[in-house]
Amino acid sequence: MPLARDPRIAAGVIALAAIGILVGGAFVGLGIEAWRNPEGALAAIDPYLLRVARFTLWQAMLSTLLSVAPAILVARALSRHPEFPGRGLILRLFAVPLALPAIVAALGILSLYGRAGYFAEPLTALTGGTWPGIYGLSGILVAHVFFNLPLATRLMLEALQTVPADQWRLASQLGMGARSSFRLIEWPALRAALPGIAGLVFMLCITSFTIVLTLGGGPAATTLEVAIYQALRFDFDPARAVALTVLQIALTAIVVLALMRLGANTTGDANLPVARRNFIQAKAGEATFNAAAILLALAFVGGPMLATVAAGLKADLGRLAGETSVQRATLTSIILATLSATLAAILALALVTARRALATVRNSRKKTILERFTDTGAGFVLVVPPIVIGAGWFVLVRQSVDVFALAPFMVVAVNAVMAMPFAVRAIRPAHDAASERHERLCAQLGISGWNRLRLIDWPVLRRPLATAFAFAMALSLGDLGVIALFGSDAVQTLPYLLLARMGSYRTDDAAGLALMLGLLCLALMMLADRLGKETPR
Amino acid sequence: MRSPVLSLTSALAFAAIAFPATAEGKLTVYTYESFTAGWGPGPQVKKAFEAECACTVDFVSVADGVALLNRVKLEGASTKADIVLGLDTNLTAEAKATGLFAPHGAAGENVKVPGDWSDDTFVPYDYSYFAVVYDTDKLKTPPKSLKELVEGDPEQKIAIQDPRTSTPGLGLLLWVKSVYGDKAPEAWAKLKGRVLTVTPGWSEAYGLFTKGEAPMVLSYTTSPAYHMVAESTERYQAATFEEGHYLQIEVAGITTTGAKNPLSEKFMAFMTGPGFQDVIPETNWMLPAGKTDKPLNPAFDKLVKPAKTLLFSADEVAANRKAWVDEWLGVMSK
Repeated sequence: MPLARDPRIAAGVIALAAIGILVGGAFVGLGIEAWRNPEGALAAIDPYLLRVARFTLWQAMLSTLLSVAPAILVARALSRHPEFPGRGLILRLFAVPLALPAIVAALGILSLYGRAGYFAEPLTALTGGTWPGIYGLSGILVAHVFFNLPLATRLMLEALQTVPADQWRLASQLGMGARSSFRLIEWPALRAALPGIAGLVFMLCITSFTIVLTLGGGPAATTLEVAIYQALRFDFDPARAVALTVLQIALTAIVVLALMRLGANTTGDANLPVARRNFIQAKAGEATFNAAAILLALAFVGGPMLATVAAGLKADLGRLAGETSVQRATLTSIILATLSATLAAILALALVTARRALATVRNSRKKTILERFTDTGAGFVLVVPPIVIGAGWFVLVRQSVDVFALAPFMVVAVNAVMAMPFAVRAIRPAHDAASERHERLCAQLGISGWNRLRLIDWPVLRRPLATAFAFAMALSLGDLGVIALFGSDAVQTLPYLLLARMGSYRTDDAAGLALMLGLLCLALMMLADRLGKETPR
Repeated sequence: MRSPVLSLTSALAFAAIAFPATAEGKLTVYTYESFTAGWGPGPQVKKAFEAECACTVDFVSVADGVALLNRVKLEGASTKADIVLGLDTNLTAEAKATGLFAPHGAAGENVKVPGDWSDDTFVPYDYSYFAVVYDTDKLKTPPKSLKELVEGDPEQKIAIQDPRTSTPGLGLLLWVKSVYGDKAPEAWAKLKGRVLTVTPGWSEAYGLFTKGEAPMVLSYTTSPAYHMVAESTERYQAATFEEGHYLQIEVAGITTTGAKNPLSEKFMAFMTGPGFQDVIPETNWMLPAGKTDKPLNPAFDKLVKPAKTLLFSADEVAANRKAWVDEWLGVMSK
């Protein structure tokens, strides 16, 4: 079939074009502005900036390593114990950190490990000196692991669930122990997904801002993102902002390309699965180890969340819930997040199917540029700061339209594009595995287009799509980025309201709102789980 | 009553239609979010002025003063704002340079702020001083001067803000500069040991402080008033510094758009009078710049009254800000 006539590829090209326009338009806007005053770009590169770049990379690499390596153990443990008590709830809880504004998470973490935290006294007794808190690199790492360990765990679990049940049956028949089944069955599945997941976590950490400044202990710990923000907000120096953004993208590209080399494209199993699931029988020793891994991760992620809940319960929740502004912000948040998540899931699905279609039709081992773009390329939007996209578009269209009326659309579009890489990681393992099985069958029977999506792909993709949707929604719920520069009355979301309360001495109200935001996210996760439940056949 | 669903959908739907240009009897005021919040001065100010002028006041709010200036810059001469309310004196030079503001009339005569700050374009409506606020439960002997803060026990931490991203952060930088001058880098090098962390904004630092992470935070002399009035506690107090305190003045100005609207001048006159000024202390938690009708809540009498006011001119700040911030970075990032 000629390339252009495959609707899957066409859809992918359209999705890429949409993303390209969103990011490209912003760069054009800032570029025009920068052209008038270009010296900021050169002045941006100074010794301080090089130190910043070095620290940005260093903390992001460490954070990625510390998030992803334990996530392998936790995801594997969760996959081997589908009946683990509370497993469903744990998985839902693991999506909540994404929806928490950074400062809420930072305060939650400090309630445990800060100078005045719950652990300060025992730690003081233990170390002899006064516990200095975790300010500095350690604080940054703890916070980043708090955000990303649960994310990586869920995405890896998604990959592990693509292992065909027959392989487990075989493993069980051959009497494979934990070690050999990890080496022969789980690791290949994980390895295929690992570079993508690690890349995602890396990009999230490289653009970290509030966490790095608040827990970093001083401007020695700072990221390029802070410099970009400063350039746009205080100095309104687009040339400098563009130069820094390009530097940020280049640095990320180096690391992400290196990560790609660690990965492997495994050939999936082309047979239809006939065995039923749960063939995994863990021995007592392994089961204890797995339980410990899950519980440790739960304690690490759940601790700061519990502290957030405890702080939130001190607020006058009844009054808060009754306030019109809170109700309106909740509704605005839900509407904007639903729209962004839907758009994100559609974009991701288009990219994933296009990538797969391109990979099946190519003859050589070498990937085409288009395939690379539908693969990792599109993910780079994550390192374009939302504030840059916002500012660029505002500059570009300010002459022709009332830009602030566009703010809600900007928020939806930017959040959708920023959530898309997560959705891709959630959908792709299941989609590719299913495609491997069904491709020939579909070709033989002449099933394509809508019929194929409805009959063949949908039943397999339903659960991962729900996961993708839930993650995209959590991410959009917590977002504050796009409108930070200029603000708009039309998009007063819950996190916006939360920060406004915090900014006017109302700390208790803010804590109460954080609790409500967390609960909202949890409720959405449960809804997504229900929607994504595989229909018994 | 409209349901939130309706108001949101209608807000989204009507947002696409541009607001009509300044019509007769309507005044558009751009300000920051905490001004228009339910607990802020906005609602009361709107009610009082509308009763007086038989017109409608439309508040449009953005996150803070810096966002306010960015927004006006971006909208340029076509801005719908008649009045921009909520810039501080560190932003006025840059705001004037845009050419988007018109000189005010006589409104400036009714206000008085420390240090006799006055300007032909911007009119002050409230002010406060930067101060180190401390927790009396944790700190029995607060520093009595900037010098004592700089040289004190490094185990007693202070949370401060980043001058690159926040107004109080820039305030402390200017405070240190006005006291230490060329010796500012040495002072920062010493103070660095006492700094718990440098947050991106006021909220984060104050959150750490009230959480008990640090016994001191950089805030305002008026902060304790909030805790005394709204929370009935005297636990959080501001320390008086011998060298004097750095002043923050909040100002409003008429835009070139607003110059054509007769209501703008009226609002500025109203802003400096008791109808506006009475509201400020207990909603904005700042000191009124004009005359009030009612006496201030007694809590305000207990606040620190600096013996000396420190303030750089807007032009000095505009000319040196980048160099001073870089100097600060050089010391603090080592």
